[in-house]
Amino acid sequence: MAEKIATREAYGNALAELGEKYDFVVLDADLSAATKTGIFKKKFPDRFFNCGIAEGNMHSVAAGIASTGRVVFVSTFAMFSAGRAFEQIRNSIGYPHLNVKIGATHAGITVGEDGATHQCLEDLATMRVIPGMAVVNPADAVETRAAVEWAINYYGPTYLRFGRMATPVIFDPATYKFEFGKAMTLAEGSDVMIIATGIMVAQALEARELLKNEGISAGVINMHTIKPIDRDAIVRAAAATGAIVTAEEHNIIGGLGSAVAEVVCETKPVPVLRVGVEDKFGKSGKVPALLEMYGLTPAHIAAKAKQAVEMKK
Amino acid sequence: MEQEKLEFLKRTTANIRLGILEATYSAASGHPGGSLSIAEILAYLYFEEMNIDPKNPKWEDRDRLVLSKGHTTPALYAALAERGFFPREELKKFRQADSYLEGHPDMKGTPGVDMTTGSLGLGISAACGMALAGKIAGKSYRVYAIVGDGEAEEGQVWEASMFANHYKLDNLCVILDWNGLQIDGRVTDVMNPTPFDKKFEAFGYNVVMVDAHDFNSIESGFAAARACRGRPTAIIAVSTKGKGVSFMENQASWHGSAPNAEQYAQAVAEIKATLN
Repeated sequence: MAEKIATREAYGNALAELGEKYDFVVLDADLSAATKTGIFKKKFPDRFFNCGIAEGNMHSVAAGIASTGRVVFVSTFAMFSAGRAFEQIRNSIGYPHLNVKIGATHAGITVGEDGATHQCLEDLATMRVIPGMAVVNPADAVETRAAVEWAINYYGPTYLRFGRMATPVIFDPATYKFEFGKAMTLAEGSDVMIIATGIMVAQALEARELLKNEGISAGVINMHTIKPIDRDAIVRAAAATGAIVTAEEHNIIGGLGSAVAEVVCETKPVPVLRVGVEDKFGKSGKVPALLEMYGLTPAHIAAKAKQAVEMKK
Repeated sequence: MEQEKLEFLKRTTANIRLGILEATYSAASGHPGGSLSIAEILAYLYFEEMNIDPKNPKWEDRDRLVLSKGHTTPALYAALAERGFFPREELKKFRQADSYLEGHPDMKGTPGVDMTTGSLGLGISAACGMALAGKIAGKSYRVYAIVGDGEAEEGQVWEASMFANHYKLDNLCVILDWNGLQIDGRVTDVMNPTPFDKKFEAFGYNVVMVDAHDFNSIESGFAAARACRGRPTAIIAVSTKGKGVSFMENQASWHGSAPNAEQYAQAVAEIKATLN
């Protein structure tokens, strides 16, 4: 079985490691133990600033820091960043296009037991609608480490989405290369293409095996960059397979599925079926139970893929 | 204050007031009331207090001003134009589609604007970030944030205040423009945010009360802020909304409406009369 590491853990480790090479600062809102920025804090106490439980202020403070030319990471749960501080992100960071890196953790339903108030299923939608905002949703720990270093060197407002739950390490750190805005084809397929993001990439790879057993050839694309979305890759996938399934740990409204559907409608219309949370709030529960209940398992992806293939006939 | 300096600041203030009127009249929109109330404060900041270079508006060691009450751009733009950041002629294009003088401050587009603001409560936090960044970098620049009295109803003003005091941002000076009126009426009637002195003191600031239209008072306030170590200063500037234009003074209706041609002529005449 593959090693499992939560992307939030990889984020904290990346900050602590890269803090030696780059002179950035980190802000958090009383959640450094959970967001894992605490790992950075321990190593670089002079470059870590706790903002207390005041997320709106924290995001605007980050804008002020960035205006002086210093790279700044700001972290809290996705709900209290892309959700609670949406307006501060939009007006203080996005509109002036300031170089703030938002490292939002605990995105999605895999927050688990804390329940709906803490399970952000809207952040891809609220962040990608801000002009000029880069939105990146890494699939595993290796991709997270690479995305964090990319973000430090990229100029512009950036939203990085991380999860709470430990998830399989998919990529080999020795060979993995993060290319902003470039989808990664992980497996080719001729009948249907599964375009997945975040923790759903591992689920999509499993779904591919299920489909293979049923004689369906499914490809898998890792769409780590939600904005700007890789239009070419989507068009190619639509042309090659004639059917697309998207998979995200997010409301099916406004996130990856919507972004892919927008491109497909404008370029190469083929069926696009979306796997995600179907316009519902989350709830408390153990993660496997929630993934099952909200339709986010490999079996759910495989079922949608079969449906998409049927629609071609 | 020396007579010569005082005369210069008064002339500068009158020019800022004329700029406010010209901008809002030209645009047929904008916020003259709360602009007129901070004219002396801006004249003092841009011509006496702040270390700035109009030829190099992005100079990294400059002092910074964040107009947290961002709707009062007419005053900010008039002051920036007066100080030479851009031609005064630009004021005529305020709020027009082909102009860089946005309705609310835009740091990307307007020379001399240090932070994008307009949504109330956000600017003071950004000012805290600038002040903290100055401390981290070992720089000696100072940061000024002008906050509205109505704006103080925003919770984020107090989140920022906790932050400023927690991190001992003595390079930060918050100026609260206490003109007493907001869009819907008297600040104390709409949602009373007073007592300002006790609140700012409780949040740990060095609190100074000044008369916002008296340069000797303003000068002593900024001197006290500069001398203070280990904590930020809040200058509570007691002002008159619409100051200098008889029919605008103390009228909430002039918060966000522009003068017509007749009103403009009268207002300009009143301001010009003070120049003699």
